Formats: sequence, C-alpha cells, structure tokens
Amino acid sequence: MSAGGRGRLRALGLVLPLLLFILVTFVAPLATMLVRSVHEPVVADALPATVAALAEWDGESPPPEAAYEAAARELAAAREDRTLGRVAGAVNRVRSGLRGVLTRSARSLGGVTEGPWRGVMEGIDDAWADPATWHAIRETGRRFTSRHYLNALDMRRLPDGSVARQPEERRIYLPLLRRTLMVSAAITVLCLLLGYPVAHLIAHAPERRANVLLALVLIPFWTSLLVRTTAWIVLLQTQGVINDVLVTLGLVGEDGRISMIYNMTGTVIAMTHVLLPFMVLPLYSVMRAIPRQYMNAASSLGATPAQAFLRVYWPQTLPGVGAGSLLVFILAIGYYITPALVGGSSGQLISNMVAYHMQTSLNWGLAAALGGILLAGVLVLYLVYDRLVGVERLSLG
Amino acid sequence: MSTTSAQPGPEAPADAASEVRVEFEGVDKSYDGRTLVVKDFSLSIRKGEFVTLLGPSGSGKTTILMMLAGFQAPTAGVIRIDGRSVEDLPPRKRGIGMVFQNYALFPHMTVGRNLAFPLEVRGLNGEERRRRVERAIGLVRLEGLEGRRPGQLSGGQQQRVAIARALVFEPSLVLMDEPLGALDRSLREEMQYEIRRLHRKLAVTIVYVTHDQQEAMVMSDRIAVLKDGVVEQIAAPEALYEEPERAFVARFIGENNRLRGRVATVRDGLCEVAVGGERIRALVIANCEPGDEVTLSIRPERVVVNPHPGVFGNQVGGTVRDLAFLGDHLRVRMDACGHRNFIAKIPNIAGHGGILVGDTVRIGWTVTDCRALDVEPKGQ
Repeated sequence: MSAGGRGRLRALGLVLPLLLFILVTFVAPLATMLVRSVHEPVVADALPATVAALAEWDGESPPPEAAYEAAARELAAAREDRTLGRVAGAVNRVRSGLRGVLTRSARSLGGVTEGPWRGVMEGIDDAWADPATWHAIRETGRRFTSRHYLNALDMRRLPDGSVARQPEERRIYLPLLRRTLMVSAAITVLCLLLGYPVAHLIAHAPERRANVLLALVLIPFWTSLLVRTTAWIVLLQTQGVINDVLVTLGLVGEDGRISMIYNMTGTVIAMTHVLLPFMVLPLYSVMRAIPRQYMNAASSLGATPAQAFLRVYWPQTLPGVGAGSLLVFILAIGYYITPALVGGSSGQLISNMVAYHMQTSLNWGLAAALGGILLAGVLVLYLVYDRLVGVERLSLG
Repeated sequence: MSTTSAQPGPEAPADAASEVRVEFEGVDKSYDGRTLVVKDFSLSIRKGEFVTLLGPSGSGKTTILMMLAGFQAPTAGVIRIDGRSVEDLPPRKRGIGMVFQNYALFPHMTVGRNLAFPLEVRGLNGEERRRRVERAIGLVRLEGLEGRRPGQLSGGQQQRVAIARALVFEPSLVLMDEPLGALDRSLREEMQYEIRRLHRKLAVTIVYVTHDQQEAMVMSDRIAVLKDGVVEQIAAPEALYEEPERAFVARFIGENNRLRGRVATVRDGLCEVAVGGERIRALVIANCEPGDEVTLSIRPERVVVNPHPGVFGNQVGGTVRDLAFLGDHLRVRMDACGHRNFIAKIPNIAGHGGILVGDTVRIGWTVTDCRALDVEPKGQ
C-alpha cells in the first residue's frame, strides 16, 4: 500500500469515532423518525386478513362477511398476544371512540366460535354496523400512510379517498405552526434589535472593555438554561419582583398586576433572552472585521452618520445579520423547554405539541410528522437564504 | 449691529491671507491629557500647494492629518480652512477629499458605486453624477473597471480608485495618509508621478503624510519634518537637503556624515570645531558658543578625496577601510576625524584615482558644505 493510502486510512481511523457517533446519535434517529412519520404497520401486522378482506369493499354498503369473520378472529388473537392495546390506540386516532369498541369486542369475542359473524359483532356493539368503523380499520391498515402528515396539516382523508381540511374547530396544528413561526420571527427581530447595538459596542470598544462586555454576554450563555428560565419566573410572575416594584411605585394597582408569564409574553421575553447570544456572537465577529476607517471614509466623503451607517456599515454586517437571524429563528422554531416552563397554555409552541405526542398521547407517527414538517421548514429557509445571500457568506464567528 | 449686510466678520480673510488654504496655529494634541503627541504645530499651506508631513512613526504626522480631516479635535490651538476656524465643523462638512492608508474602498460596492458615493450623499443624481464619475475614472485611467469590486482589483488599481473617489466631488483640499505604503517599489514610483500629474492638472491643495523621505522629496512643494510631535523644519525639498537646520533633519533626509565635536571659536557665522584631533571650520546653524557640543553634518558627495591642496577650507587625513563600487559612484568608507564610518562618494566620472583599501588619503570639503547643528539626545 502506498504511503498516501496509509495516511488516508489513518486519517479515516481518527475520524471514524465521530462519524459513528453522528451516525448513531443523529442520522439514525432522524431517519427512524422520518420513516415513522409515514410507516405504521401495527394494524397491518395484527389484522392482516381483515385488511385484505376490506380491500375490495366499496366503503358504503356493509362490508363482506369475510371481513367480519377475519376481524373477530384477529381481534381475539390480538387480545391473546397483547397487541390489542396498540391496535386499538392506532384505530382510535383515526376515529375516536373506537378504542373502547375494539377492546370490548375482543373481550366478548373470546368465547364465540361460530358465525354469522356480522350478527355477533353488531350484537356486541352498534359501531360495527357503522361503515365509518370499518373505514377507520382499513385506513390504519395501510403500512405506508400519509395520514400523519395530513393530520399534522389539519387535514383528513374522507371515506371516498379525497383529502379535505378539518372543520374549523378541530384545526390545531396549522394555527400552532403559524403561531410558532410568528413568535420565532418576533423573537428574531427582538434579538436583532437588542443584539445589534450590543455587538457594535463590543466590536468597537477598546480591548479590555470589549472583553468585559463579551463576558457579560457569555456568562448567561454558560448558565444553565433551567436556571435562567426559572430566574425569569421569579422576576415576571404576578407576585414577582417587577410587579412588586411597579405596585410599590404606585404605577399599577394591587389588582392591576400585569401577567407577564405563563402566557405568550413570558415565552417571548424568556426566549429572547436565551437566544440573544446566538445573535450577538455572529454579529460581533462580523463587525470586528470592519475597520473604523470605512466610517471615517464615508464621513469624509460627505455622508451623514445615518447615511454612513445605512450605506456603508449595515450592508457589511449583513452576513452576520443573516447568520444570527437564521440561527435564532431555527433554534426558536424548535424550542421546547422555555415555552414549556413559562408559556402557560397560550404560550405553547409546536415543539411542545411534538413532546406531548411523544410522551403523553404516544402518537409517535404524528409527532414524527410534525417534526418532519419543522425540518422541511428549516431546510426551505436555508435554501431561501442561500438564494438571497449565499450560504458561503454565513459567518458564525 | 450694523445695518449693512456684507459686514466682514472678525475672521474675514485679508487679501494676503486669501492665498492661504489651510492654517494651523499653535495646535497641540494629547490623547491621555498628559503627553502631547503634537506640540505647538503651526503651518500655513497656500492654495494649490503640495505639502508633505514627513516623519518616523509616532512623530504625530497622522494625528495632524486626522485633526485637519476632523476625526480628531485639537487639545489646543486653531485650525483654519480658507480663513475659517473648523473647530465645530464635522468631517463631512469640511469638503476635504481623503485618501486613506489601505484605501478604505467600500468592499460591498463596485468601483462605479464607490465613486458615486460622495456625489449621492450630496444629493447629486442623474446625468451630472454619471458624467463626473466617468471623468474621475478617466482621470486615473481606469476606464472599463466601473463594474468591478475593490477585491477584484490589484493594489495599484485600488489606489487609483481611492484617489479618484477623493477627487470626484471636486474638493479644493485633498489629504493623503501614506497612500502608497502598501504598494511595491516600482508601482510606488509610478504612483508618485501619477499623483504629481493630478496635482498639477487639477491645481488642488494636497497635504500628504509619509515616512518615506524619497517619496516626500519627489512630490512635495514643501516638506514639514516632524519628530516626537514637534516640527523640526519646514522647507522645500532642496532646502531641506542642502540646508538642514537640525541634526535630525540632516540625518533623516539623505545620507550624511555626522561628527560630534566641541566649538573652539565662533566668528561671523562661522565656527571652528575640534573633532577627533582635527580643527574643522563650519557654518553656524545651531546657536553655539565656544565650549558647546555640536554635530557637524557633511554630505558624502561633497567630500573630495585627494584634492588639490588649498582648494577646500577643510582638509584632513583619513585611512580607507572599505570600498564599494555602486555603478554611478564609488563609496569610500574610512577612518577620519576620529570617526570610523566617514563616507565619501566619488562620482564615476574618470575612474577613482587608484584608491585602495588601507591607503592613507587626504580628504577635503568646503566650509559651506559643513553645517554645525544641534546635538541630538542620546539614544538617537
């Protein structure tokens, strides 16, 4: 083997641990999640004959006797090998109320050995006479499905196979997604407005003072997220420091205490604070590379301070503005802990819904679909940025 | 208050002063409130004059330029442009074109936009702006490069753009802060002549800052030599070379032999100085009395080796230590007047008279080519 080849092999050996680490902890989970958002084999695995019998069904008339028979046998079998819970859960997500129907029916079917199955099942529960029940089973019986994505976009598949929007009062995710985007945009703008002057101050201060100022920005950055968020609770709550001061000063009455936390205000304030360093640092690194001479040159050429800023300084900081904004926006879209702690019910974002479906409702397919939509959103944003500014001009410091 | 509208103010220029473009009067500058980086600087610059501030780094030359441009405020003293004090005038209202060290071209704008910038911020638009930009580009011979960005230009081209940008709004005063410092030698010489050409063509007043004495000599009408914030001498290039008034100027401008000695007699503007066992006669430039220490300055090309006896006012003996043939002249290094590095340049006109290393020679120079100057502090 040539020396160059050996060198490459050695280099590969050094990179390998990281490569494996990324593969195991990042690429694999991401891929699993994306697969899960379109692939749900629970019902197809547990009720194969039922699903097969329903394949020919027209969706309106009562389903064939074969479907009743298969369903009866397979439900009883599912109860035996303890997969019934997951099957019932999956079907229930398509049509709520069916969890009970399925578990009850499976229990009652345990002793029955003979048909006619249609009569038996409709005897156990009226729901079996309703085509919608069978429709739900057929729907969940598809191994590969778009229903999580449809669900995540507040849409559903009608019995005839067409796609329609959910009725107004049942739309949850699109409004939440819109709110998440709006709040993230607002936080990005706030971070930019607050961070730009700070970054400018640090970038053009004498070195000693710049170091102190930079430390002031970074110390909160190094503090535990939980501590910072809790600190905001202490400050912002109705009986908190800020309200107490306002009341003491007589600016607001005892009854007029402002609610600044456990709502959207709390989420925005706390998240702006948490994400501010991600704006300041890229801006700082870009600004530090801009010599003061440019501003001097602009003013000697006759520009007012405002003209010099808008025409000369601001355009040169755009790579930093883009990097900081992109970073803050992307982080804000997926932010979870802070809204969960200080957001109350009105300050929840889409990530909290993902967490809810992961941990509480156990609808992982939907959680994965929501995550997939977020990921797609971020990728689109990245491509737009690349088109407008050019990713190679992104400066993260 | 007078009822006549055209009452001249107290600072209205008199006729003689109307030829003055810039005037510094007793200007001090201190950054920390203790040490002065510029001390009592006074200078009048005539309209159309090319004045260079020359000095080593830390001599205060750039600070003076920055005060004139308005980026620094004097601690004391007055700066006037066209007879008017500019104390309260921000840089943008001084109407000064400035060429910065490293050019300070705006990297996100094309050459054309860079040149249009000073016109745009003055509200000049349309045809007139286009015409002026075009003319400025023609002036520095950069036709066809309007669409390039500064990063796509060579150093020399960037330099030309910077000069064009400083001239495009037709200021009557242009400041240049070491504009050629970043260029290589041959390009630098080319640009020196280019700047001189523009100066003559446009008849603008130029204040130029450099630490390169040759650059200053080539371009300037007058040079102000600065050291530690103090003016050592202000004079035309020739006068600076021929008639330095301070030991620092003699040392900084061109080559010279400097001999430390003690004054023996002073009479009629001439003195006799005891140097290394010899008595040298010299012009009295620094105030001195018998017994004082002085520096004698003698230009190497004024030293004649083996002269006819009696022709020169000063003749001493020396031993040749080293010879170097430099084409147009022969450089002779010798022991003379107790000095181990006494240099003489023999022009290559008719050979060098068979001088060899180790020879004992006679050397001579006239009294007027030998100037008795001040003694620079130790460590210089």
